Amino acid sequence: MYAPGEKLWHFHGGIRLDGQRELSTGRPLGAVPLSAEFVVPVQQHIGQAGDVLVREGQHVHRGQQLTQVREYIGAPVHAPTSGKVIAIENRPVPHPSGLEGLCVVIEADGRDDWGDARLEPLEDYRALSPGRIRRRVRKCGIVGLGGAAFPTAAKINPLHEQRIHTLVLNGAECEPYITCDDTLLRHHAAEVVEGARILMHTLGGPERCLIAVEEDMPEAYEALREVLGGTSSGSFRLVSIPSIYPTGSEKQLIQVLTGREVPADGLPADIGVVCQNVATARAVYRAVVHGEPLIERIVTVTGRGVSEPGNHLVRIGTPVHEVIAHAGGYVEPVQWLLMGGPMMGVALHDDAVPVVKATNCLLAARRGELRAAGPVLPCIRCGECVRVCPARLLPHELYRLARAAEFDRAQEYDLFDCIECGCCAYVCPSHLPLVHYYRYAKSEIRDLERERQAADRARRRHEFRLERLEREKRERAERLAKKKAAVSHKADPERKKAAVQAAVQRAQARKAARGDTAPTED
Amino acid sequence: MRFPTASSPFVHGGGAVDRVMLQVLLALVPGTLAMFWYFGWGVLYNILICTGVAVAAEAAILRLRRRPVRATLADLSVVVTAWLLGLALPPLTPWWLPAAGSLFAVVVAKHLFGGLGYNPFNPAMAGYVLLIISFPTEMTHWIAPSVLAEVRLGPLESLRHVFTGVLPEGLAWDALASATPLDTMRTQLLMNRTIEEIRTSPLWGDFGGRGWEWIGNWYLLGGLWLVWRRVADWRIPAGFLGALVAISTVFYLADPDTHPFPAFHVFSGGALLGAFFIATDPVTAASTPRGRWIYGAGIGLLTFVIRAWGGYPDGVAFAVLLMNMAAPTIDYFTRPRTYGHRSPGDLEP
Ligand code: SF4
Ligand code: SF4
Repeated sequence: MYAPGEKLWHFHGGIRLDGQRELSTGRPLGAVPLSAEFVVPVQQHIGQAGDVLVREGQHVHRGQQLTQVREYIGAPVHAPTSGKVIAIENRPVPHPSGLEGLCVVIEADGRDDWGDARLEPLEDYRALSPGRIRRRVRKCGIVGLGGAAFPTAAKINPLHEQRIHTLVLNGAECEPYITCDDTLLRHHAAEVVEGARILMHTLGGPERCLIAVEEDMPEAYEALREVLGGTSSGSFRLVSIPSIYPTGSEKQLIQVLTGREVPADGLPADIGVVCQNVATARAVYRAVVHGEPLIERIVTVTGRGVSEPGNHLVRIGTPVHEVIAHAGGYVEPVQWLLMGGPMMGVALHDDAVPVVKATNCLLAARRGELRAAGPVLPCIRCGECVRVCPARLLPHELYRLARAAEFDRAQEYDLFDCIECGCCAYVCPSHLPLVHYYRYAKSEIRDLERERQAADRARRRHEFRLERLEREKRERAERLAKKKAAVSHKADPERKKAAVQAAVQRAQARKAARGDTAPTED
Repeated sequence: MRFPTASSPFVHGGGAVDRVMLQVLLALVPGTLAMFWYFGWGVLYNILICTGVAVAAEAAILRLRRRPVRATLADLSVVVTAWLLGLALPPLTPWWLPAAGSLFAVVVAKHLFGGLGYNPFNPAMAGYVLLIISFPTEMTHWIAPSVLAEVRLGPLESLRHVFTGVLPEGLAWDALASATPLDTMRTQLLMNRTIEEIRTSPLWGDFGGRGWEWIGNWYLLGGLWLVWRRVADWRIPAGFLGALVAISTVFYLADPDTHPFPAFHVFSGGALLGAFFIATDPVTAASTPRGRWIYGAGIGLLTFVIRAWGGYPDGVAFAVLLMNMAAPTIDYFTRPRTYGHRSPGDLEP
């Protein structure tokens, strides 16, 4: 099913996983009804959180901007519906360690009223400058919807010398179970393609746009083919790629499509590629052409722990338990409630947390549904992890180094190039929690780095102070020396003699002038 | 509602160390049966004694080390070690020989270094080398394969001989004994006979010693299955046998009178057992893809060198131990290039 003439490459390793797609693609796309209360975390993306623009008690419209960001890498959040801000406080958010984060809590008024919050539609985007579109994308709070939630505006602003030649639209799901991109393409392929055209325009017209879907997404492929009028139209190519996990990961997808690797110290743009998720492309379309900020997304609700798995349109900020309830509720016993898939997902400790922009999937896994790793044994150096690692690392060595807290060596072995895909842990016959160790080592290293920087700053301050004291001392000493020099100037015996002599001469001269002369010796 | 949390991934592929070991044992079955066919009950007694002693020793030492006994024994690695050692020893050898080798393998070579995963040397080969250094005479007392043997001992007669050294009435050891093909080759070559002459002896088959040459095929069969199941990395046997064939071909072509043909090397002694079952022991082998080529090839070359010029007829065990020592260094210098890097270590962390 490869597009004619489209050569594909491979990434190293990876694993074939059962996609479990049928579980959630059987039902039509639904929509979760409006919740009574929405909880909108202020920080939902990589980068800086914004400043809150609203007050408690204030009425907000649907789509009204709630925060403002100053930093380049950042995105504002918007009200998912109209209502009253009833609290701005810390609430549990989807986070691996169950942390809380600042949230704007909105009590819905049920009118779901846009008011004047929608921005001016920019239908003729071709007439707009890329900068104008980027500002719109930024204003609408668009972030990568594949799961990473990187602010999109920053990603479509390449440097001139990066010369973007390829836009990749990522329609490959990140993980098993997830079908939100598949569903989106089945329903909104046209908007996705339109979004891609806007992105192409913003990027200054790359030569081609590759839209990649996985080989087991035939309906999505068909939908796109229909919209494009073929597998190839103009600069657009539709590409079907093998479903090998983690092919939906940006670096691996770029490798499959272009045969090139994103430099470890760089970005895809450095090799002329920009990659966007299909849902992000649609959000860009909605933002530019309809002036709508990002306040809803498609979420896959799946797993055998929920009675009616499917895909639903969900407003950002909807509590997870309401989404689950809309999907028929839990089928007990539920072992895990995951945000994301089974390989890289985050286990939610509480279903009261809200859906955020990065929530591509809610997976309620029944006990026994996901095969758990058996008892842990020592690493037998079998090399299975090496065989599957898409980053071509030596996971067993990283594990050994992380365990021994040899962080410098772990970094020499490129610990930070680990994408935490979990392939290594999946295949490890010793059932080692490898990724857990990598996360631990990374966070330790980051902490150490922060400490080092703090120590550096303290040291610099200290050195600066010492230097200042030193300088002051030097200056004092100099001043003193000058004064002394002046004093000793007067105290010089030679000069004294000369001065006395001069005075005597002056007195004699005066006397001579008066006529009386000094008595002579003769 | 509240749920437990943990770190991803939440799903496992189902691989397990005991399954790996079980497959190794299964793959050893054809070779073991062939050995039994050609050499009789002594083969099974070796394996049984080795396994019994090894399991008991591991259980004892685990108790001493306060480790879970049952769970650790269940990983089956100790059985693989014992089985391999048993296959390498001469059949009908006195019982204390396998017992001593097995004890050393488990207690010293495995557990003194920290147990499974921490041992730098292949335990079976460490036990084997200890025995061949300490008891060279017993270790070279092989019996003739059944195709050449005039008499065969039954199960009870074999058992009696193993434990008491007593042979049935009227039977002398010489009637059973026969040097191994590698041994014969070595001594005859030392007597300045050419290979042409040596091969006229009825001891020789098509490409190795009669009887012996076929055992290799059964090991090969099991080994290929292991490679197909990806339990053993194909690079190691390929490197091993490739290097062995390459270097023996060079010498054979240069001087066919004093250097046996390559197939002889492959199908004699421990080459095939070593290539597929011993060199592939992951704990003590190199772990990088390129490293495994080098590691395998190193064993192949050293095996040839020891066979051709060393003081022992077979060199597989020594070659494996030597390359075990080199494995960490090989790993270090064969790190793969990480995704997005130009070469290993090209970027300052
Ligand atoms: S897969 Fe597990 S046991 Fe095998 S080398 Fe990697 S970490 Fe070690
Ligand atoms: S989690 Fe990291 S080390 Fe493990 S396979 Fe993925 S990239 Fe490699």
